[in-house]
Amino acid sequence: MRKYSIFAIAREAMRGHKGWDRQWSSPEPRSSYDVVIVGAGGHGLGTAYYLAKEHGIKNIAVIEKGWLGGGNTGRNTTIIRSNYLYDESAGLYNHALNLWENLSQELNYNVMYSARGVMMLQHNVHDVQSAKRHIHANRLNGIDNEWLEPDAAKAFCPPLNISSSARYPVMGAALQRRGGVARHDAVAWGYARAAADMGVHIIQNCEVTGIRRGANGDVTGVDTARGFIGAKKVGVVAAGHTSVLMDMAGIRMPLESFPLQALVSEPVKPIFPCVVMSNTVHAYISQSDKGELVIGAGTDQYTSYSQTGGLHIIQHTLDAICEMFPIFSRMKMLRSWGGIVDVTPDRSPILAKTPVKGLYVNCGWGTGGFKATPGSAHVFAHTIANDAPHKINEGFTLERFRTGRLIDEAAAAAVAH
Amino acid sequence: MLLIRCPYCDESRPEIEFRHAGEAHIVRSDKMADLTPDEFERYFFLRDNRKGDVYERWRHIHGCGRFLNAVRNTVTDRFLMTYKAGEPRPALPDPQAQAAATEGNGQ
Ligand SMILES: Cc1cc2nc3c(=O)[nH]c(=O)nc-3n(C[C@H](O)[C@H](O)[C@H](O)COP(=O)(O)OP(=O)(O)OC[C@H]3O[C@@H](n4cnc5c(N)ncnc54)[C@H](O)[C@@H]3O)c2cc1C
Ligand SMILES: [Zn+2]
Repeated sequence: MRKYSIFAIAREAMRGHKGWDRQWSSPEPRSSYDVVIVGAGGHGLGTAYYLAKEHGIKNIAVIEKGWLGGGNTGRNTTIIRSNYLYDESAGLYNHALNLWENLSQELNYNVMYSARGVMMLQHNVHDVQSAKRHIHANRLNGIDNEWLEPDAAKAFCPPLNISSSARYPVMGAALQRRGGVARHDAVAWGYARAAADMGVHIIQNCEVTGIRRGANGDVTGVDTARGFIGAKKVGVVAAGHTSVLMDMAGIRMPLESFPLQALVSEPVKPIFPCVVMSNTVHAYISQSDKGELVIGAGTDQYTSYSQTGGLHIIQHTLDAICEMFPIFSRMKMLRSWGGIVDVTPDRSPILAKTPVKGLYVNCGWGTGGFKATPGSAHVFAHTIANDAPHKINEGFTLERFRTGRLIDEAAAAAVAH
Repeated sequence: MLLIRCPYCDESRPEIEFRHAGEAHIVRSDKMADLTPDEFERYFFLRDNRKGDVYERWRHIHGCGRFLNAVRNTVTDRFLMTYKAGEPRPALPDPQAQAAATEGNGQ
């Protein structure tokens, strides 16, 4: 792999950009691998990368039914933060945040991580109390999160309407300065390029249609659109389709899949300096480096694999955006789309071994797993390589729904991006 | 937005009048206190979450207020039927008949 650098750009500029390599190859699948990862989103590609880099396992295939990064990785609003309430979540999401800071250097790929601050608005007394509780809990866990009075919130984000006559008055905000955004596609591409460079096979346009088990019940491989591919270990990292895949191995999951939508406006000059979220009115907004406002809506109420959601859902979000930022009321929206998110009962992910030997699952990220990509991939690779969880993902088991040892961010955060 | 036929009101009404209420035909035990952890997990947390035809509950919350059941395809979001809560789980219409019916609609 040729290293990307300022010198490479200069060299290529001199010769008409004819010398750039392909970022990853498209090899013919082998008949078997040590590890097969199902799903080439950020979490799956990252898992392959850390398996190869930190655990010396290089005979790996990442098998993807569409194109890499075409699932939720390429559809999300890219908000990154780690200010979750419970210790387990704090550990996991902050592990990811620490990895984000150096990810561009690590992958030699600009993932455009921008710590521009994530500000979470609070609109009523209950909101304020719960935000302050989060702030205290976060600080005890060594995670930055601070309280801003309305004036300070306005100073941090000038377009914000803090008038007391607003329909959703701003009573303050919680600010995580290390939070921000990153370029979603670049995360998938960067992991893919770095993993492929270490010999990982990335096999696109190849749907996994079955998970095969031997006489003793252990995993032996996967059936795919291109035939059977043997594997000693299989990691399912398929987001909204996890239930479908785990059903192939006879495992019923504590998951439901819902459509979640986002939309972007026409591009405009820089106007919006940070990320603003409001759980109460259900709106999320930031501005991409291209200039588009990036806006996230809520999930539909019914389960679906349709990758489209109801119009009334995005309308509701835009109503809230226009109330909070009257300056945007004449903006035109350019595109909207949906992804399918896999939601657990406690709104925390599952990163774990399964009852089937050799089968591992990384799922349940629901509406908020992009931020966790590097951390999730890192500890999941550890789990697969050692057949035992990393300390950081010890609590994120499948068994917790039997034992009752939930990580109940559902109650803590109501929604989470 | 979906259009949902309420079997009590006998009318098709917009989705915002309804609240989705999860997978249907999950029976609550009359002896909840005696359930083993496995049984409780199955009842409370595990879901089919199928890609295809699913049985689900809805409540006509801004209408008659009653619970109903539906069969819906989670890829097309098309409702195959709705029926009253308490009625037995209907067999799924066979895919060929379904395809024929869809073609008919298109003409
Ligand atoms: C609209 C929207 C907004 C969001 N906003 C945020 C946000 O602001 N911040 C945040 O942190 N998170 C956000 N999320 C959530 C985030 O996108 C996901 O949690 C995260 O990207 C999941 O990554 P992944 O790699 O696990 O899944 P994916 O990127 O979805 O990858 C899974 C892959 O598996 C493949 N696959 C499925 N079935 C098969 C099969 N049978 N065979 C082979 N391959 C298969 C899929 O094609 C897909 O490419 C948002 C999600 C959506 C939809
Ligand atoms: Zn009714």
